[in-house]
Amino acid sequence: MSARCLTRRSLRPVALLAPPRPHTASAVIGRFCSSAQTQRVKAAKRSTFRPAAGSTHDWIGPPNPLSNLRPIVYHVAEDESELEGRLRRLRQETEDWNHNFWTQQNITFTKEKDAFIISHLKAEGLTVRDEQGRRRSLGCEDMATFYKSFLDTNRTRHVNYNKEWYRRNFTITLLMARVALSDMWRTVTRKKNSSSTSS
Amino acid sequence: MYKTPCSRLSGLVGASVKQKLVQNVLRCNQTARGLIQLHRRDPSDRPTYQHLSFLKRQYVAKNNSELLQRAVPKHVPVLTIVDERDDSVEMRVERIPTIDPVVTGPAPQSEAVARTTQPEVGPAAAAQKDVASRSTAAISHETPHIQVESDEAREARLDRQWKQLKVNVADLPDIYARLAKIKLTALVVTTAAAGYAMAPVPFDPLIFFVATLGTGLASCCANSINQYFEVPFDSNMNRTKNRPLVRGQISPLHAVSFALACGVPGVALLTLAVNPLTGFLGALNIVLYTCCYTPLKRLSITNTWVGAVVGAIPPIMGWTAAAGCLEPGALLLGGFLYSWQFPHFNALSWNLREDYSRGGYRMMSVTHPGMCRRVALRHSLALGGLAALAPALGVTTWTFPVVSLPINLYISLLAFRFYRQGDRGSARKLFFCSLWHLPMLLLLALTCKKPRADQAADAAPPPAAASPLALQS
Repeated sequence: MSARCLTRRSLRPVALLAPPRPHTASAVIGRFCSSAQTQRVKAAKRSTFRPAAGSTHDWIGPPNPLSNLRPIVYHVAEDESELEGRLRRLRQETEDWNHNFWTQQNITFTKEKDAFIISHLKAEGLTVRDEQGRRRSLGCEDMATFYKSFLDTNRTRHVNYNKEWYRRNFTITLLMARVALSDMWRTVTRKKNSSSTSS
Repeated sequence: MYKTPCSRLSGLVGASVKQKLVQNVLRCNQTARGLIQLHRRDPSDRPTYQHLSFLKRQYVAKNNSELLQRAVPKHVPVLTIVDERDDSVEMRVERIPTIDPVVTGPAPQSEAVARTTQPEVGPAAAAQKDVASRSTAAISHETPHIQVESDEAREARLDRQWKQLKVNVADLPDIYARLAKIKLTALVVTTAAAGYAMAPVPFDPLIFFVATLGTGLASCCANSINQYFEVPFDSNMNRTKNRPLVRGQISPLHAVSFALACGVPGVALLTLAVNPLTGFLGALNIVLYTCCYTPLKRLSITNTWVGAVVGAIPPIMGWTAAAGCLEPGALLLGGFLYSWQFPHFNALSWNLREDYSRGGYRMMSVTHPGMCRRVALRHSLALGGLAALAPALGVTTWTFPVVSLPINLYISLLAFRFYRQGDRGSARKLFFCSLWHLPMLLLLALTCKKPRADQAADAAPPPAAASPLALQS
């Protein structure tokens, strides 16, 4: 079953990016206030949000500043079936995996872009900042070289990500369908049992 | 033209001063200033539809803002906030709209937005350490802004933005409309209707209605599946990050069920009520769009050509719904749509190159920019050629190439300018021209439709009016 493949292949969240959650707000703030980029990455990964105790739904939050993906806090029902547990764990794992990929992608992109701009400006003999202290930017055509090279160098990574994403997406949706059907079945049988016991 | 100054202004005015949080920002030894962050969006940004709709909502502002009020010994020009570290980490993500949400607070804002500049590099380096305490900064490459917000306030604000993953039934129509990309669907239905109207057969309102309904449903299905596949990519692009699945308004299963609920009846309707050929074309189009175009977007630039075929099929479907078979006229109409796609899409994607590159999309505009412009020009010229072909195939009278010459010349001119200049302005102009060019072309074709002279009994009056009902036998 594809779930087995997924667990085998599952990416353990990179330690850098996945601190145990929840962590305290002050720790978050402390890390945020340091200027180290990696620490900021760590802090920005997980929010400390916890839904109200009586909530029976999942909660979805604002987009993460690094990966632009929205985190979800999954609700664990007391009578959660094995299927539902599997679904929840798969979704959580996929969310983490997605987050790692996109965080890395965005960070790499921005870093390489800046490096490109700086090297380009140096090659032209210009300073990084112009007379007013604002950063210089390159024209469209110059940047286009960078965009193209970024795509080309990351092509295999992207292709692999796509395949994995499609696989996970399908599996999650199929599991959701199974869970929905089994829920419906449970409701129907429960109704039948209650009506047969009452009669 | 995508700016909405009024809503931003209200955001500005709403920021509040929090004096008690001064301690938290003691690290900033800059002279204090309260700055409201105004993210000036590059005017050449993408279509505003999504932007405008989420401006209404309190969207997360990457830039935390807080007005800082401190005693200022003297007025010092504020430093550039451009913090390389902030930029390098979060610049890209900050571009995703950063409309400052209205921070609820009793104190009125005291200062307006100010741009900060710092001539020397030295103090700027010192500033960076302080700026680092501000967690994010929106950067467009020429307008640095500072925003300071206490971390508690920021946490509270972010916490408020958590929503239950529960379907709000009242929102469902809106959600479905956005899931199905209702505007695009409407355009597709219009082209199918035009295909139907151009076919040289008596107009049958029932078949017309059924055919357009079926095409619309098939288009909804294809669009929903497309969004279902592309959730993480859509999250990372400015243009698409307000889609329902990205925002979690419905679950993926729900989206797929909706797609099936649209697609299956749609194709069945076309197959059974219209004719099997049209049903087949509808199903083919869904498959082409979801299983070929969508994955290809990330694999190869050929996705644009596949997408052009996807766009060309609806008018062919309209024609086959009317006439029952594939005729050269149908292919001509398809050819119009096919050629039109290139100036339309290439111009659109020209200004989205950064987003496409970061998102991993392989588009001509990114990987083969020269080809992108050449192809757009080539196909703009082809539109004029196809218009000249129309009378030869008996689809329209000879007046059609004549009356459509001005608009065809105009779009060719813009495409030529785009080819030569290759800048954002010319791309934008070409894109917007393509938006009105297509409906205009179809309308002109309709008015120049060749009257059916073979049946004297129902000799249609010269189709002066565009209304197809005038041709009803």
